[in-house]
Amino acid sequence: MEPQARILKVLQKVSGKEISPGADESLFVSGLLDSFALADFVTGLEEEFGVTIPDSDLSARKFDTISKVEAYLAAKS
Amino acid sequence: MPFLRAFGSWLPPRRVNNLELAPLVDASPGWILEVSGIEERRYAADTDTVAGIGLQAAKNCLENAGANAADLGMILVASGSSDRFCPGPASQIATGLGLATTPALDIPVSSAGSLIGLILAAQLASGAGRVLVVGAEIMSRRVSLTPEGKNTGILFGDGAGAALVDVQTGFARVADFCLFTDGSSAEILSVRDGHFNMDGSAVILHASRKMPRAINELLTRNQLTASQVEAFLLHQANLNLISRVAGALKTPQEKFFTNIARYGNTSSASLLIAADEWHRERSATLAGPLIFSAFGSGLNWGAMLAVPR
Repeated sequence: MEPQARILKVLQKVSGKEISPGADESLFVSGLLDSFALADFVTGLEEEFGVTIPDSDLSARKFDTISKVEAYLAAKS
Repeated sequence: MPFLRAFGSWLPPRRVNNLELAPLVDASPGWILEVSGIEERRYAADTDTVAGIGLQAAKNCLENAGANAADLGMILVASGSSDRFCPGPASQIATGLGLATTPALDIPVSSAGSLIGLILAAQLASGAGRVLVVGAEIMSRRVSLTPEGKNTGILFGDGAGAALVDVQTGFARVADFCLFTDGSSAEILSVRDGHFNMDGSAVILHASRKMPRAINELLTRNQLTASQVEAFLLHQANLNLISRVAGALKTPQEKFFTNIARYGNTSSASLLIAADEWHRERSATLAGPLIFSAFGSGLNWGAMLAVPR
């Protein structure tokens, strides 16, 4: 499965919504994430991609679009 | 390690419910309840001061303990909303208690200040004997009740809590603690020029990961599981955040004492107000471990374990 599809899978799981936002669409505006779902999203990404996201990277701006998340995870691997 | 001997608190009588707040921040009462779990909060009167309400909580705590102010070896006062930056409210509270030489120190850390105070008190009690910890906040003067400020304005209330840490006697013994500071994200939670600033998403992201991690660290090194803990007493930041912490620890939320619905987030006072209410509501002797935890400006966060004596 492609990274974007895996990111979307995590998103849909934590949000409980089936909608598929565009790669550059704000996940907050699309209603998939709010402040609390964001914490679950970050934990879900760690589990799905087998990475550890350090506290120094805990900024909503890093995780507010699928493209940004993909780029962040690519840089981690 | 010393003992937790008593708690105390003081809340201003003025109640501000969501119906009153909603039009000021251009939101519905239902939205405020949904995002925060808060039904009402208390607001201090114009004549109240942080030191003044802290003094009320301090007196209540000493009364609950059956102790005299003259027996205190030290006073620690946490506040992120003190009327005056320096000196803070500690010396005024000591004066209010009739003390002229007892050391009284300020801990200017919003939200996590009381936890830091409890942990410092536990460390210092071997020399000081009895240490009074106070958390006092008038946060309503630090937030904007406007549509632009609604994300923080709706959360906060005013109040004060206190705890007496005693080297000789108490209902629970402080057994262990962990305390952390990370200044790299200090900007997400600060009081600057008298105004409270918070990046809510970032704060929740940090707090919902750091608090369970700190609690788990304490549990693991003391060979305890979350299911063995009698009660979790947390900084009352947001009901949804407390639910997240409970979920992360895979523990029923019923084990987490909450009073945020009635008082809102009273910042550094909330942990001690919650502890005081929890202690007053229970009649049985403590049978299992207690976990205290908080997250706040700095960033500072941590947890403290107390066990039946």
